[in-house]
Parts: sequence; structure tokens; C-alpha cells
Amino acid sequence: MDARTRRRYAVNSLMLGLTGVCTFLTVSILFLILGYLVYNGGKALDWDFFTKLPLPPGEPGGGMANAIVGSIKVIFLASLIGIPIGFLGGVYLSEFGGTAFPHVIRYTADLLNGVPSIVIGIFAWIVVVVPMGHFSAWAGGFALSLMLIPITLRSTEQFMRSVPQSLREGALSLGASKWRTVVTVVIPASLSGVLTGMILGVARIAGETAPLLFTCLNNQFWSSGFNEPTASLPVMIYNHAIAPYEDYHRQAWAAGLVLLSMVLVSNIAARLVLSRGTARR
Amino acid sequence: MATAAIPIAKPRSFLGRLIGGDEIAFAITWTASASILLVTVMLVWQLWSRSSLARAKFGLDFLVSRTWDPVAVQFGALPFIYGTLLTAVLALLISVPLGVGAAIFLSEMAPRRLSDIASFLVELLAAVPSVIYGLLAIFTLIPLLRTYGEPFLHNTLGFLPFFQGPMYGVGYLAAGLILAIMTFPFIISISREALMDVPNDQREAALALGATKWEATWQAVVPFARLGILGSVFLGLARALGETMAVTMVIGNTPTISASLFSPGSTIAASIANEFAEASGDVYLASLILLGLVLFLLTIVINGLARLLILATTKKGTSV
Repeated sequence: MDARTRRRYAVNSLMLGLTGVCTFLTVSILFLILGYLVYNGGKALDWDFFTKLPLPPGEPGGGMANAIVGSIKVIFLASLIGIPIGFLGGVYLSEFGGTAFPHVIRYTADLLNGVPSIVIGIFAWIVVVVPMGHFSAWAGGFALSLMLIPITLRSTEQFMRSVPQSLREGALSLGASKWRTVVTVVIPASLSGVLTGMILGVARIAGETAPLLFTCLNNQFWSSGFNEPTASLPVMIYNHAIAPYEDYHRQAWAAGLVLLSMVLVSNIAARLVLSRGTARR
Repeated sequence: MATAAIPIAKPRSFLGRLIGGDEIAFAITWTASASILLVTVMLVWQLWSRSSLARAKFGLDFLVSRTWDPVAVQFGALPFIYGTLLTAVLALLISVPLGVGAAIFLSEMAPRRLSDIASFLVELLAAVPSVIYGLLAIFTLIPLLRTYGEPFLHNTLGFLPFFQGPMYGVGYLAAGLILAIMTFPFIISISREALMDVPNDQREAALALGATKWEATWQAVVPFARLGILGSVFLGLARALGETMAVTMVIGNTPTISASLFSPGSTIAASIANEFAEASGDVYLASLILLGLVLFLLTIVINGLARLLILATTKKGTSV
């Protein structure tokens, strides 16, 4: 073997080894994040976290019960607006679309999906907070729904499109009308995928902080109904993490662990369901 | 020869379809998708009209002025634009080599099963909320940078202007690092897909000519997938430009322009997050909204480029 070949082989092993190192580094970050968060959050998490209100700075103890309920409220509102619109829009794109308009919608949805979340927050502030005159769960729900709509739309379209054309033709040939075909054949056939897409979308907006900063604001107390400033877990984490109090940091870790567990569990569950669904097909 | 008449079903009339429900279903689903268009148009229009005060007062100077002074009601976006671009570029400098390297490993080297598991984990990284990245960065990355990372860089590369000045931990470097971690998943998963879409002929031809595995990968496979990889880089860039929470938590939020990466700074998104709720005065608010508009335009241009590039290679386009 001459020197040149030896060098080529050396470069080969070196570079291929380096790509392995890259993979190791990037994947290990996930485990570092998980590990450190579980370690710190686990230390900080107690029953009070789920049942008590936050205490004023300096007083140890307290919890984030209002933020957990607040997050659920805001996500509920966002899903209430975002899921039906996104789903129906997806049905349109996949089943009823003509030629030009679907392209416009698809492009717009991708555009909206790429809008930085903080800009969505400004928009929700302009169209909801300003007319209402105060911060509210509605405003936060509206902001998050704007992020949920394009995600739901695109995933619904994608999964409904993957339903074989022959199924539709079968139903139509039996005399079913278009909408009956969609409702009784296409939607059931794509249901697991569509639901997975929705779960992933909701999990994504559940962790969003920026759109809530000046729509829901925050609240140290319970908020009744949907018309008051509302605490949410992500905003609480932000406020507690940047505050200079030891005990606030402890609470932030606990909240971080709770939020991440919720997001990751729904993600893993959704993806497992999805991979089983596609394997069968 | 007489042709047999083929009975053709008459298309149903509009009324028939209306009673049958098709037109109603069409109308409902059409309305839902049209509302997306409406909302997006409204978003642009609202950002435009609500920032009119700032546009009238500062004009294009807004983009090049470096004063951001709420007390004197003077607003210029240059420090934020600088910070946004600097942190994003810094992030890509770190995440592109690592991410593309990992994508090459996952598509060319790793057994299929390992590759799938690893990319599953990487996709989970994308699902971690940005506030969590910020939380971790505040309590791990920043102390580490302050006590080890920045002094080390200062001692070894201190002759460069980038690594001088006081070391606080918070600043451009911290923001760039956390953004790098947040852009990995995009770069890895899309580059991996682009690489996997490269036809096997490409690899086999290079190997048959006596290329080593690495030479085949680098000279025959990667160039074939370059548009997809570039698309992933743009997508990562768009994410890095618009990222708010993690950056706000680690950058220090001072509107300064400094060559030193150790210096605290700010980005467009971070300044909006920080100041919007407390902004008093119409011009101040309008300036922040104008910042939002600038950010919006910046990201849609980058996003558009990314989608075009990905579309050009994978033909799957926007389903990421």
C-alpha cells in the first residue's frame, strides 16, 4: 500500500469517525437535558406544587396549581378554535380542493407556521387584548390557536391524502355522495394519523411561552373564567427562572419537569401509535 | 360502423349536490381554509398599520439607527438586527458541521435500526419547549461559560476582537450556543432525509471506481443532496432568527453593538418579549410592533427560500 492510499484510508476512518462523534454529541444532549431536568425537578417536585398557589418571593414553599389549571384552560381554548378549523381546512385541501386555491392555502399555512411565535403574540395583543382592554385567557388561546391551525391543517391533509384512491372510488361507485365518502370512508381510514397530528400540534403549543407573555400575562392567584389574566406553566417557568430567588428557581425546575414530561409523553405516545399504524399499512 | 352508445351519467345539478350535502361540505371546509388566508392577511395588515407611527417618525432610519432610548423616544433597530443575525450565524457555525456530520452518519453509516432510533430521539429534541432550553441554559450553560468557557477562549484566542472584554456568561456566545442546540433537530432530520433520498447508483458508482467510503459519501452523495441540506440550513436559520424565549433568558438584553461575543446584547424577538408588556407611549409600542414586522419579513424570506430548496430536492416539500 503506498503512502497516498494509506492517507486516503486514514482520512476515511477519521472522517467517518467524526460523523459518529457528531451523532453522539447531538443525541447525548437530549439525555443531558432530560437527566439534569429530572435530577433538579425531581428534587424540587412535591405535592404542594400541584395543590398550592405561588407564594410571594422570599417565602419558601407554595406551588403552581393555578398555572397548571391556567395552561389547561388556554390549551383548551386554543384547541377549541384551532383543531376544527385546521381539520376542516385539511379536509378541503385533501378532498375538495380545486386547482389554484389549495396552493394558495398551503403556501399561506406554511407561512403562518413559520411566523415567529412572538409576532403571533403581538398580533393577538392587537386584535384581542386591545379591543377587550385587558389581558385574558381568550387572548392567549387565540394566539396559540393561530399556531395550531397550520400544524393541524397540514398533518390532516397529509394523512388523508395517503388514503388509497381505490377506497374513495369504492364508496363513490356504491352511490355515496362526496361528503358521505369523506365522512364514512376517508376520515375513518386516516383517523389514527390525523389524531396523531393533532396531539403533536397540541404538544407543540403547550410549551409555547412567547405568544402568552402579553396575551395571558401571568397571575399569582386563581383566575376565574376566561376573562382574566391567566397563569400558565411556560410563563411561570420564565418568570421564576429569571427571578433572583433561590426558592423560585426550585419551583421553576419542578415546573420544567412537569411541562417537559407532558410534552415528551404525548410526543412519544403519538409517534408510537403512528409508527404502528404505518407498519400495518 | 355504428358505435354503441355508452350511457353517461349526467353530472348532478347544483341543487342536487346542495341537497345531497356536497355543496354544504365544500362550503364549510372552504371557509375553514379561507380563514387561514384571512388571518394571515390580517396579521400583515395589522402589523403594518399599527407600526405607522414609528414608520412615519423614523422612516428607513429605523433600520440603521443604533439608538434605542425609550426615555428620549428615539428608536433604532440596528442593535437588535445585529444581535439577531450574529446569534443566528453563530448558531449555524456550530450546528451545521455537527448536524450535517450526524446526518451523514445516520444515513450512510449507521444500521437502519440505530439510525431510526437516533432520529426519533433527535425529533424529540425538537419538541422540547424553548423555555426549557432557557431554564437549563441559565443554570448550566451560563455558569460554565463564565467560569471555564469564556476564560479559556480569552486565554487562547484572546488576540481576536471576538474574545475580549469582561466575561459575564450571558451574552451573544451563550445565545449562539443555545440556538445551535435548538437548530440541530431541523438540520439533522431534514439533511438525513435528503441524503437517504440519494439513489444508490450514486454511491455504488463511486465505490466501484475505487473511492473509499468517505470519498464516495463526500464527493458523490453529499453534493447530490446539497440542495436539501442547504434547505435544512435555511430552516434552521429561520428558527434561530425567530427564537424568543431561550435567547431572552441568556442574552442579557442590552441594546449594544459589540464585536466581542462575551458582550451582552439583544435580539429583535428578545427585545419584544422583554419590553412589550411594559412599553408606555404610542411611539414606543409602534416601534416594537415595527420590530415585529421586520422580524416577520426576515423569517418569511428565509423560510420561503428553505421551502423552495427542500421542494427542489425531495419533492415532498413542506410536510416537515
